[in-house]
Amino acid sequence: MPLPGIRPSIPATPRDDHAEDAPLSIHDLTVAYRRKPVLWDVDLDLPEKRLIALVGPNGAGKSTLLKAALGLVPAVSGDVKVYGRDYKEQRRLVAYVPQRESVDWDFPVNALDVVAMGRYRRIGWLRPVGRADREAAMVALGKVGMADYAQRQISQLSGGQQQRVFLARALAQEARLYLMDEPFAGVDAATEKAIVALLDDLREQGNTVLVVHHDIQTVPAYFDYVVMLNMRVVAHGPVEDVFTEENLRKTYGGKLTLLSAAAEALAGRR
Amino acid sequence: MISSLAAASHAEIVPPMEALWRVLSLQDYNTRVVVIGTTLLGLASGLAGVFLLLRKRSLLSDVVSHSALPGIGIAFIAMTMMGGGGKNTLGLLLGATATALLGIVAVGAIRRFTRLKDDAALAIVLGTFFSAGIALTGVAARMPGAGASGLESWIYGKTASMLFSDALLIGITGLLVTLGTVLLFKELALLCFDEDFAATQGWPVGLLDMLLMGATVAVTVIGLQAVGLILVVALLIIPPAAARLWTHRLRPLAAISAVIGGLACLVGSALSALMENLPAGAIIVLSAAALFCVSLVFGTEGGMLHRGLGAWTLRKRVGRQHLLRALAELAEQSGKDVASFSTIRHRRSWHTATVRGLLASAMKDGLVERVDARHWRLTESGVAEARRVVRNHRLWELFLITHADIAPSHVDRDADMIEHILDERMIAQLEGLMAGENRGHVPPSPHALRPAEGTA
Repeated sequence: MPLPGIRPSIPATPRDDHAEDAPLSIHDLTVAYRRKPVLWDVDLDLPEKRLIALVGPNGAGKSTLLKAALGLVPAVSGDVKVYGRDYKEQRRLVAYVPQRESVDWDFPVNALDVVAMGRYRRIGWLRPVGRADREAAMVALGKVGMADYAQRQISQLSGGQQQRVFLARALAQEARLYLMDEPFAGVDAATEKAIVALLDDLREQGNTVLVVHHDIQTVPAYFDYVVMLNMRVVAHGPVEDVFTEENLRKTYGGKLTLLSAAAEALAGRR
Repeated sequence: MISSLAAASHAEIVPPMEALWRVLSLQDYNTRVVVIGTTLLGLASGLAGVFLLLRKRSLLSDVVSHSALPGIGIAFIAMTMMGGGGKNTLGLLLGATATALLGIVAVGAIRRFTRLKDDAALAIVLGTFFSAGIALTGVAARMPGAGASGLESWIYGKTASMLFSDALLIGITGLLVTLGTVLLFKELALLCFDEDFAATQGWPVGLLDMLLMGATVAVTVIGLQAVGLILVVALLIIPPAAARLWTHRLRPLAAISAVIGGLACLVGSALSALMENLPAGAIIVLSAAALFCVSLVFGTEGGMLHRGLGAWTLRKRVGRQHLLRALAELAEQSGKDVASFSTIRHRRSWHTATVRGLLASAMKDGLVERVDARHWRLTESGVAEARRVVRNHRLWELFLITHADIAPSHVDRDADMIEHILDERMIAQLEGLMAGENRGHVPPSPHALRPAEGTA
């Protein structure tokens, strides 16, 4: 969407030379809801084998960035490549963990059924879930420490357990790029620790994990790479380089009034 | 009553038992076709209804059925004007399907282009299309030589007026929807549970959604003749809602819902074949409602009886465990294993009747014995059981004090509520946390026990 005269007040690092086969390469992505832009010119290459935090204030467009990258919300412009090729050809390599609240946990299935959904694409059309896939789902449940709860109706699980079921479903996909929307929301300290260990394992095995994260206190402890977002990418890079007070102020501070005023004006113009 | 009992295809009055038998044994060919066709419709609507309910789109079928009426009117007028008879069922159904689909599109458009919520969008479309339908069928009825007297049977449903070909069409459509739903079970389940996730896996969620809507339209439109457009929504909602009271698993849920739908249609169409004055649609829905009521009372997952029984057994277990702990702690304090009735009663400020009941039931299970008229003591197995109860209570108290920083004066009441639901695994965890607490050892109470009144 051309916006004459309006450029982000702090330009994101220009990156015209996109890496050949970055796990996720987003080019010039702009997303709008009902004419109100929520993401502007996002240009981003994620490095391989990293645990990446995606941080930013409420309404910064963190979830939208994941959803737009996955084609779940329509983008005004931009393209997304996964390991060097168009995302649509590479779906098998991507696992998505939506926010826990995005589904109805009163749905009549048990934990194992949900995890088995991670295998559905492999199973293909019309065929029921076979034994091998159920076993793969069991293994995934075991990895998140939920093997004992396989037969438990999902509404009877605690919030942290439900979150782990969602993670297990992503593990069952055996992907290489994991996009997780607030996996730490509403979980207790013990579950948080377990999830961090799990993310570390994923990275050790050569995967890339992008996590929408709310608690900026824990970013240096949990992650080695950070993307700071507020409607556009403020900064991204290794945590020790870019996770600075100045960048945090740019991300969370009130310097974006011009940008949001422009967005409001656009939304109001009929 | 008896005079109204006439066999479906004969005008003469036959004895009721004989008529009943004729219908139930499906001897009459026409009745057989109607009943089987309608039952297949019930199966299909039970199945499709499960996914509609899970997708929270149940009311959409109400819009579909009401939007079908203008199509029926238009088709009737068009066919009459072209010189053919206006009552060709296939033609009417095609018209019904066309405007029903238009209704769905209208709901989607309102949802998309306005800020109105679903309920408003549904109400607007339903009202508009139904009004248009009434106007159009009104015009149709007054057409010269139309003989459109049968049009109101679409509103209330009437299996008796069904022709063989109608029933065949209903049966085949029902069978197709049933087959399609069974084949696409996994895909539809995924769509209903987590649409976004399905899309990231590359499933064509738009197509799947359209298939589900298509099944809904098919079941609804063919259900018009049997149940009528006002009631057909009930055939899609009541069976899955009733099935939900029996299971928490999707496959059994779908199976039970299909059976309830099929059974309701079987009973309804058979009864209406038996008694011509009974409108089939109402009887079918009432049968489904009766099955829902049965499920509401007897359902094993949230049925009233089941819940009541669960609460009753829990209350009983809690009372039993309180009694055992009271006796054990009284013995611990006084050093005597015999306690008087009033001491026991004062222990927890029980009502006299409550203690009497608890003691009687514990005696029946061999946990306590009566020493004399006013005194009781634990039996050997009662002592063992009481040790376990006291131990759980105190382990939990210790846990609260050492790990949850709760003041010792408060732990008794907290533990009182939790101890009864501790399972093996939690106890093992507690034992792990309380280093030095070996299995079987009963730790001393971490707080002062309530003074034992009445003991000297």
